[in-house]
Amino acid sequence: MRDISFNKFYRKFNILSLVLIVISLAFLIFKGLNYGVDFKGGTLIELRTTDKTNNISLIRDSFNQMNLGDVSVKKFGNETDFIVKFEKQNSNDPEFIKNIQNKLSSSIGDVDFRRVENVGPKVSSELLKSGIIAISLSLAAMLLYIWIRFEWQFSLGAILAIFHDVIITLGIFSIFSLEINLSIVAAVLTIVGYSMNDTVVIFDRVRENLRKYSDIKIFDLTNISINETLSRTIITSVTTLLALLSIYLFGGEILKGFSLAMILGVIFGTYSSIYIANPILVALNVSQRTIVKEEKD
Amino acid sequence: MLYFSKLRIISVIVFTVIFSYFAFSNFVKFDDKFFSKNINLGLDLQGGSYLLLEIDNRPVITQKLQAKIIELKRYFKEKEITLKNFSLKGDTILFETTDKDFENVKNILNDNESDVNTYYPTYKSHEFDVREDGNLFSLNYSRYGLVLLKNSSLDQAIEIVRRRVDEVGTNEPNILKRGNDRILVELPGLDDPNRIKSLLGKTANLTFQFISQNNEESFGTEKLSFEDGSRDAIVSKRIILSGDNLVDAKPSMNSQTNETVVSFSLDRVGAKKFGKATSTGVGKQLAIVLDGKIISAPTVREPIIGGSGQISGDFTFQSATDLALLLRSGALPAPLNIIEERTVGPDLGQDSIDAGILSLFIGFLLVILFMIYKYRAFGLIANLALVSNLFLLIGILTLFEATLTLPGIAGIILTVGMAVDANVLIFERIKEETKNEKNPIIAFDAGYTKSRTTILDANITTLIAAFILFFMGSGPVKGFSVTLGVGILTTLFSVYFIARLLTSLYVVKNKDKEQLL
Repeated sequence: MRDISFNKFYRKFNILSLVLIVISLAFLIFKGLNYGVDFKGGTLIELRTTDKTNNISLIRDSFNQMNLGDVSVKKFGNETDFIVKFEKQNSNDPEFIKNIQNKLSSSIGDVDFRRVENVGPKVSSELLKSGIIAISLSLAAMLLYIWIRFEWQFSLGAILAIFHDVIITLGIFSIFSLEINLSIVAAVLTIVGYSMNDTVVIFDRVRENLRKYSDIKIFDLTNISINETLSRTIITSVTTLLALLSIYLFGGEILKGFSLAMILGVIFGTYSSIYIANPILVALNVSQRTIVKEEKD
Repeated sequence: MLYFSKLRIISVIVFTVIFSYFAFSNFVKFDDKFFSKNINLGLDLQGGSYLLLEIDNRPVITQKLQAKIIELKRYFKEKEITLKNFSLKGDTILFETTDKDFENVKNILNDNESDVNTYYPTYKSHEFDVREDGNLFSLNYSRYGLVLLKNSSLDQAIEIVRRRVDEVGTNEPNILKRGNDRILVELPGLDDPNRIKSLLGKTANLTFQFISQNNEESFGTEKLSFEDGSRDAIVSKRIILSGDNLVDAKPSMNSQTNETVVSFSLDRVGAKKFGKATSTGVGKQLAIVLDGKIISAPTVREPIIGGSGQISGDFTFQSATDLALLLRSGALPAPLNIIEERTVGPDLGQDSIDAGILSLFIGFLLVILFMIYKYRAFGLIANLALVSNLFLLIGILTLFEATLTLPGIAGIILTVGMAVDANVLIFERIKEETKNEKNPIIAFDAGYTKSRTTILDANITTLIAAFILFFMGSGPVKGFSVTLGVGILTTLFSVYFIARLLTSLYVVKNKDKEQLL
């Protein structure tokens, strides 16, 4: 067991977290999120050109001539692969995509449409709604679970830690205009699970230590518990990050956003279990009496 | 206790071997049916099209309301009650009664035994909501009436969609109801969904109507344009024959004109109607109308009484084949709109599989090396548990023929990363216990016991997230929740049965060593 005085930095890191949350919220409110076609509606085409000389501006120009609304073109992995997104979705015209492909072939040479996603406004708003419901529901379920398993002070600590992780992760997506799509919702839910997991391990130890040491104050007790579980915290986040890094680097372009969100979530989740969840126990003045009282009930 | 009974050891081994066998059956061809199960690959991995269709029920509602007006008129006429000023305003039927009949009409419409306004006792609702204002009655579909109408039109539509998709002959299409006005169509392996989209996008309402002699639109006629948009024609609203009377249609070649045509044959009722109409209408132009557009309007030269005929009109062989297909499969009750489409080409699917397997392999290798570096012999045990965990996970997915998607593969990799957590928790706990307890067997036992609640807590939280994702998510994301959720269960099994078995064997054998972990 190492002996690092994590508790000396509670205040400093709390201020840092607060600043990060304020910045994230400011970005989320004023800049908002960059929703993909799943949530905004519109059309996404992943295309591969046969002509290597094609570049983004050339492709953008050809799309702009087709009157499809706001067009965005990005490179996608390979030299010859591009992602094109535009507002217009005309799924009722069965020839819509075919016409685009024909026009494109005549202006920039043969193109292969590797992936087409076309989401109408009604579906996209439903998907957004169900995404928000899913995240809120998972938060509620976590709250309920931890409320059953622990005292309310612990629940508050765990939930605030989760909020911290989710807000900052989404904040980073907002700051760098990274795309939010269905898989990001899955990533956020997994982050919620992971962050909770990490917090619960330390909390279990805090509670155990509250029973074990009757004369140590919570401020030092949290530090003991963090240290006792530290190597587990590090090993598990390292293995999880190794797996995620492997997805990020080798899992193909489609999983990049998903794995990035998860990597951020795991990093902040690990950090918040130590520096958000525990200081809250201290602030709420959890003591040996907190759990004794609960057990008597 | 570190002691394992023989029975338990054998069942753990048998269980693991069986599921590993299922896992391998994905890669090896077995002759035996039972063991030749495969994981289903999602559309994002094998390529294919996902279409979500929504019925536009408005025309059906209007049609039904118009029919209802006629029914009401007839019904009350028989009862010698005069209703007047019938009109249809939006989705509301309006009519007036006299003071004398007011109560009578009101009672009939609100009667639970009513013939004109059916009452559904189980739903405590009439088909129509009735309101009255003075002598003015207004009828609207009730909530349940509307649900009933939507369901029946959805049932009809799904049948027609199935026939059309089957006729095109894609492999294993998946056609499902979604809510009460949507149809989900999954077409695995279909690279180019354009043909199916254009087939599903057509209502295929075929009618035969005479072209009017008058050049002005008047009562009983309507102005329709030709398919190619070249011109308009005034057409009598009277429908001679509709697509309902068709029993067969196929593309063929007209030997005289050398044109591609669609030849059709009619049922008995249709043949009779058609014969009668063409007998009286020799010399007139008969418009063949599909979804409100005139395909062609040949002149009737002689009565057609054989019950078969031809539709001509600038067809290519492909378009004639498609029209014949549409006519054979029947008309949709209402137009369908494609509100969501996702298509993945087969080569992208293969690329995704390759990338997924590569990253699984590398992630797995990194985790395994890290565990050996960290725990040596026990790292090896954790790794063995991890390997069997992976086999179990893939085996279970195979056994239940679950659908594996790209996010699903990500879920497997994530499981690999997170699965070691439980073993790490146990090993770390054992390390702590060893400090105060000299007997390694007791220390190991205590390590397992004391870490149990924490491990359960930690895994239940992830399981909750996976559950919610399963019920709220769709398509590929659902695949992620399945692998994540099943992964947690197999992890717990591999930790508490496989790893624990190996640990106990190792500890009992090496109990005299100075430092075990």
